[in-house]
Amino acid sequence: MTLIQPVGALSFMALSVVLFSLGLYGALSRKSTVMVLMSLELMANAININLVALSRFSAPAEMTGQFFAVFSMVVSAAEIGLGLALVLALYRQRKTVEIDAMQELKG
Amino acid sequence: MSSTVDGIVFLALAFATIGGAVMMLATRNVVHAAFWLLEVMLATAGLYMLLSAEFLALVQVLVYAGSVAVLILFTIMLTLRRREDAIRDFEPGWGAGILAVLFGGALLFAVERFSAQMRPGVMPEVVPDVAAFGEKLFTSWAVPFEIASLVLLVALVGAVWWSGGDGQ
Repeated sequence: MTLIQPVGALSFMALSVVLFSLGLYGALSRKSTVMVLMSLELMANAININLVALSRFSAPAEMTGQFFAVFSMVVSAAEIGLGLALVLALYRQRKTVEIDAMQELKG
Repeated sequence: MSSTVDGIVFLALAFATIGGAVMMLATRNVVHAAFWLLEVMLATAGLYMLLSAEFLALVQVLVYAGSVAVLILFTIMLTLRRREDAIRDFEPGWGAGILAVLFGGALLFAVERFSAQMRPGVMPEVVPDVAAFGEKLFTSWAVPFEIASLVLLVALVGAVWWSGGDGQ
């Protein structure tokens, strides 16, 4: 019976929290740079869901959350483009995409 | 347009989203992980449709499921020398897992505390359409829109600069 009840903003927020935590785990634990970038995309996605859901449930006429989500998408698209360009530059120099290969700045 | 979100549709999409994310982190093949990320992005577009953000759903499919997925797959293909390189070692990362669980638990606790202020399931009836979205984007949000285009241009030039030829 609980399945057919309408869901509120809290369900979307909980979903966003779970998605963000999965992305955080992936970004911190993977050793492949491409996997780290993909986990970052997961986290950005979770933030966008949260923005759109809260905008829809609190003040849908202004659509502020939707605009924020659009600009957040722009920034994360730029981020993934630059990140993958960095991965290619790293591969060109080191012939590997392991994140352990970037250690010059280690103290 | 009804003013509630159907529970069954939401549960299906939430399962697709979280399940796809878990599979993306669980699979050891990088190419498979890229396709699971694509699945997560498509399910997120469905969630935007549920929230009556049609334009965002369209942009999500175009940008994430379209270009970002292709970009990731191209990078994977360009940086693999042999087919076996796609299979990676099992990387559990226990410390990162514990940190992520603690972080998620704290946030879920905060959301639960927040729940007293929200009326469950109630959605305002007003639903602006895509035309209203575009009108607002080019009037009240025109300056951020132009800045966003500048950001994309700079990122494009920077990506070409970094990944381009090594100065021959």
